[in-house]
Amino acid sequence: MIRYVLWRLLQGVITVWFIATVTFFVMHNLPGDPLADDKAVSEKIRENLEAKLGLDKPVVQQYFIYMRNMVGGDFGLSFVHENRRVNEIIRDHFPVSAILGILAIVIAGFGGILWGALTALYRNRWPDIAIILLVILGISVPSFVFATVGQLALVTINNLAGFEVLPVAGWGTVAHMLIPALVLGLGTMAFLTRLMRTSMLEIVSSDFVRTAKAKGVPMAQIFSRHQLRNAVLPVVTVLGPSIAGITTGGFVVENVFGIPGLGRYFVLAVQQNDYGVIMGTTVFYGAFLVLMVILVDILYAVIDPRVRLE
Amino acid sequence: MADAIQGTTAPVNVSSAWQLTKYGLIGLLFFILLLAALGWITSNSAASTRSSQAVDFATNTVTLALSTEPPQLDSTRATDMVSGMLLGHTMEGLLRYGPNNELIPGMAESWDIHENGGTFHLRQDALWSNGSPVTAHDFVFAWKTALDPDTGSQYAFILFPIKNARGISEGEMDPETLGTKAIDDFTLEVELEQPTAYFLKLLAFPTYYPINESFYLSTDGGYGSEAENLIYNGPFKIVKWVHDASLRLEKNEVYWNRDATKLDAIDYAYILSDANATLNLFATNKIALAGLNSENLERALKNRWRIKQHNDGSVFFLEINHRPDRITANYNLRRALQLVHNPSELVYKVLKLPGNLPGESIFPVWLNGVDGLFRDEYPGPKYIVNEEKAREHLAMALEELGVDELPPLVLLAGDNPVSNKQSEYYQRLWKEKLGIEVKIDKQIFKLRLEKMTTGEFDIVAAGWGPDYHDVMTFGDLFASWNLNNRGRYANEEVDRHVAIAQSSSDPVERMEAMDRVQQLLHDDVAILIQYERGSVYVSDDRVKGVTRRAVGLDPDYTRAYIARDSEG
Repeated sequence: MIRYVLWRLLQGVITVWFIATVTFFVMHNLPGDPLADDKAVSEKIRENLEAKLGLDKPVVQQYFIYMRNMVGGDFGLSFVHENRRVNEIIRDHFPVSAILGILAIVIAGFGGILWGALTALYRNRWPDIAIILLVILGISVPSFVFATVGQLALVTINNLAGFEVLPVAGWGTVAHMLIPALVLGLGTMAFLTRLMRTSMLEIVSSDFVRTAKAKGVPMAQIFSRHQLRNAVLPVVTVLGPSIAGITTGGFVVENVFGIPGLGRYFVLAVQQNDYGVIMGTTVFYGAFLVLMVILVDILYAVIDPRVRLE
Repeated sequence: MADAIQGTTAPVNVSSAWQLTKYGLIGLLFFILLLAALGWITSNSAASTRSSQAVDFATNTVTLALSTEPPQLDSTRATDMVSGMLLGHTMEGLLRYGPNNELIPGMAESWDIHENGGTFHLRQDALWSNGSPVTAHDFVFAWKTALDPDTGSQYAFILFPIKNARGISEGEMDPETLGTKAIDDFTLEVELEQPTAYFLKLLAFPTYYPINESFYLSTDGGYGSEAENLIYNGPFKIVKWVHDASLRLEKNEVYWNRDATKLDAIDYAYILSDANATLNLFATNKIALAGLNSENLERALKNRWRIKQHNDGSVFFLEINHRPDRITANYNLRRALQLVHNPSELVYKVLKLPGNLPGESIFPVWLNGVDGLFRDEYPGPKYIVNEEKAREHLAMALEELGVDELPPLVLLAGDNPVSNKQSEYYQRLWKEKLGIEVKIDKQIFKLRLEKMTTGEFDIVAAGWGPDYHDVMTFGDLFASWNLNNRGRYANEEVDRHVAIAQSSSDPVERMEAMDRVQQLLHDDVAILIQYERGSVYVSDDRVKGVTRRAVGLDPDYTRAYIARDSEG
């Protein structure tokens, strides 16, 4: 087990190094000048800026400098938010994205499993049909629509109620988190519901369920021990990448609800050619994703007795 | 696979349903606990939004939203509107703009100005928010820092009227040679490169703000990055700055003119770029002001909110590429485009946003001239549509260029709804009236800027906002040596008149030179002026005394107050 984890971690490090390298060179070939802004500056000022940010050196040399600093845990300076280190930006804003992401993934995970199990239990009856309709909606409507509609609904509710039921935007309390997390988790929840339903229905007709029935195991026990536990496996598999998807995909939701998360930096940095932030956030999120996938694999062994980590 | 299973509709097992409900309840309980835990963590951290109303009588606070996070609040390097607005509330230069855009004393109590410079007498009761006095040295230090090539200030150029400033900024001269000197703690002497009639107006600009040297050095390169890394000499001070979340200003109790500050706090409780979300906050009485755009204007109208507007000072124009290898270097082609150019149609039929004014001159209507408004005194040329003449010029252009048909014109533009509307309008206009094909090159800001600099366009939609309240803030834009002249327009006569307006101290001579410039830019079709931008917004009527400006800090809450009763 420990050997397996160590081996996976080593693989992870190589993956992250690969991500960093590819990002570095692709980024340096992006069209657009990281130092250009509204007002043109003189040659001399430009040269000084380049020297300060290390852009005057050949790209390969910049790469080695960057890698050396990165191994030492230093992601360098932001080009746009001058005077702020990328490490500080990640430190300040990742916790916010993470909290939003955890809530969204819990909503999506639990919701997906429950609704999926419910639809399987009531298959072809009205709860199944109703939920599946909603699922199709959830999968096909992009999150920025949910975000906008969700916020508009809050405005209407607050104005009708005459007091603030839930805040329209901002961050800081439980009340601020609820709707953004729901909006963020909705798409994944819909996807997981479908996955769970299919997997439940497959298992109903499997041999071990039939055997259990024949042995006279109570239905409730078959449902929870045999069906649910087995059906949850594929859901867990996609949960890992979903976690990363949700924490990194929070950009739209963060934008609409004014949440100070890292997602905004991640997206805006690319538009602004902010090399420091592009590299910092990409490597950070890359490492995060790799870690999540490893965690899910370990979790797999806990849930499924057939899986052995060797 | 799923089909095979779906055929079976077995009776629902009630005990399984119960089991599921139980799991559901456990899940819900877990979720609530998790929510509580995360909520507790967050509310204990800094990034928490106070849930106050737009106007709070008890605490005498106005709550607002910022459209973007200021990149940093170091006055030597600030370039964007939001930074300028925040610095204007928290810092003060030698002079500042009063409620009617007139210059009023700031850190300088009085001044003697002469052709080649001036002496500024600083008020002795001015303090930084940490208690140390504001001295003449703070100005010298700030200006030298902004000019230091290592600072990389984009606004270094605004200090160039000071003697040797340009040379220092280009790294060719010793910073000690800068034409400014602290005679004593409260006397600042400035020597100019050449007579500059508008020098006093520059002094209200953020790059001219003072910086306390010992404090600056104590921040170890982090000056302006956090609320703790700043001290203030203006009406307000920043007490809390949570990056990308909120920024809170409170009255600066040691500001020399503290009695003029009526509000106890301005709480920028939200940083939101989404215009709809901002309007949602206004709709629920969370913020006192929200900007409108063409998309959410409709909603504001439906709600019967009073829509207000003001001229935000900027002028938008089509900048033409004059590089010799471009077809747009051909005068007759440009003239043909000009003869079908109709700013009124663009403003009233295409953009359809209240507040915008059809453009005629590079000098907007609000600029001052000799005694009154510049454009009242020097109306300048007008665009007159004449399609027949346009086609004649086009024919001449074709002959001169030696082609039967023009290659498509590349129109470089932004990638947003307003830009798209405009680009498509011009594409249709030029196709219909002149048979010229237009290729729209939509690019995000940085890429557009790069193409503008390298000259990969025939025509580019551009704009310019004023830095100070003088014709020169627009006047030198198309001088051949101006780096912001991205179309590389070069006209010796324009250069000559710009030089006159820069160095002359005779107002009539200056304004006449500028009048010549607007005429020359028109006659030579250097650019095509589109419109002067208006900004439309809704605001809480209980907040009075807010100044909206075309130049400088906008919106200005430094003298705002909350009306106790909602009348009037």
